[in-house]
Amino acid sequence: MSFKNTLNSAHSKWMDAEGPEADIVLSSRVRVARNLAGIPFPHLLDAQKSEDVIHAVRLALVNKEEPELLGGLEISGLGELSPLDRQLLVDKHLISPDLLKNFQSKAVVLREDEVVSIMVNEEDHLRIQCLLPGLQLKEAWDIINRVDDDLEKTLDYAFSEKLGYLTSCPTNVGTGMRASVMLHLPGLKITKHLGGVLGTIVKLGMTVRGLYGEGTEAVGDLFQVSNQITLGQSEEEIINNLESITRQILTQEHAARNALYNDRREVIEDRIYRAYGALRYARVLTSEEAMRLFSDLRLGLELKMISAVPARVLNELMVKIRPAFLIKSAGRELSGYQRDVLRADLVRKEFEGLPC
Amino acid sequence: MLCERCGQRQATVHFTEITNESKQETHLCEVCAGEIKPQGFVFAPQLSLQNFLVSLLNQELGGGGYGIPADTVRKCESCGVAEGQFVKQGLLGCGSCYPNFEEKILPLLRRVHGSTRHTGKVPERTGGRARLVKELDKMRDQLKEAVSREEFERAAVLRDNIRQLEKSLEEGAES
Ligand SMILES: [Zn+2]
Ligand SMILES: [Zn+2]
Repeated sequence: MSFKNTLNSAHSKWMDAEGPEADIVLSSRVRVARNLAGIPFPHLLDAQKSEDVIHAVRLALVNKEEPELLGGLEISGLGELSPLDRQLLVDKHLISPDLLKNFQSKAVVLREDEVVSIMVNEEDHLRIQCLLPGLQLKEAWDIINRVDDDLEKTLDYAFSEKLGYLTSCPTNVGTGMRASVMLHLPGLKITKHLGGVLGTIVKLGMTVRGLYGEGTEAVGDLFQVSNQITLGQSEEEIINNLESITRQILTQEHAARNALYNDRREVIEDRIYRAYGALRYARVLTSEEAMRLFSDLRLGLELKMISAVPARVLNELMVKIRPAFLIKSAGRELSGYQRDVLRADLVRKEFEGLPC
Repeated sequence: MLCERCGQRQATVHFTEITNESKQETHLCEVCAGEIKPQGFVFAPQLSLQNFLVSLLNQELGGGGYGIPADTVRKCESCGVAEGQFVKQGLLGCGSCYPNFEEKILPLLRRVHGSTRHTGKVPERTGGRARLVKELDKMRDQLKEAVSREEFERAAVLRDNIRQLEKSLEEGAES
């Protein structure tokens, strides 16, 4: 069934690199927070009460009315999964790292194609998420909206006429919605315009974060832009707002890429072919270096300078080179150095099968 | 062409910045191009929204402003979370915390969201009155449209439905 497939493969629907503006927008995500009426928020629940919440969600999944939406939805307690499998769900962007804290009291619901996932007992009782490739915010909201309607037929939500959907943190109250896009912005980075553009986005009320953003640098020139305000705007307004800001960023990124292509063609070409060469022949590869090289290669792909490696393969590789997937495929614990060797090995094999 | 920044070396890097109104070209040498850092934007993932909220709360409610230890402050009747606990974590205990701590939360919402009124989706089954109010708004729009199109039969039906809905809303408000 779906969990087995999910945990044995690095692939997920959002990696298909299809949909509008897929040359810059890797994925679109809409997530809504919902809580059950009359039950304290997850951080106050003991094991038994947490289990009650999971049970209620289980019931709602059985009572579904739109089988094609909720059909194939499978629920699993996080405690039933191995630590590696839990991490893999994070790496595939299906759950947040926060769901791994106190995982015994938490659960995850996945649709077979991994487009819909639900986190149970994260900061809120339910966080319903839809993840699609390319710029498809409206489509994602439409799916979320219907899944939410279907669940609400069984579940009593904590809702107030005045304040909307009540959430654990007041920064999410109202629509409870976070919409986001994952953008690849190497053009703005190389032309040194990233700071200005991202600064403007923040002033417009959006939040910007790097992918897997642990340090201060965004890995692989990937940035997630999301709405900050959830109260006082309708879901459609939030989505339209984010979409129009995204389109402005796209215009800027395209302009930067064109400038690079026209003015520094050899420099960019050199960079892209070096990345290809390194990935194709490297014997030791840290994940940081790999992500940087992927970004260069992705730019070459988007500028149509190189076509050997499809974006879908690069998207999958971003998950395959993470420690969890490496250790899983090796079937044993690995030191940092062993991981770097295996990572180079895995990338090289992937590239060998592709035409240059 | 010489570099615009140092005026010494040959300009080999040419940037074209396109803003809303104008196209601005910058010509730099390799050295200066490498030195220019992104401006204006500080990438700081450690400043999360929740941390920000906690500091706002501390500023407004806690921080010794009242001189009352956190745990002696009022508690939510439903979940038992104390006001001070909320200030510390930035998380509320349950849905009832919102009405129970309303006078503290509303100013906060105004600062964070610029609003204190939900205008989005209303759940179908548990939406209650809000659902009716939204439905009423929709029917009023339809009525206007029907009248402007001179579809009077349809307008009459809509008008009756609106009256009925208004009445049931009023009754609901009294009880
Ligand atoms: Zn110079
Ligand atoms: Zn409470």
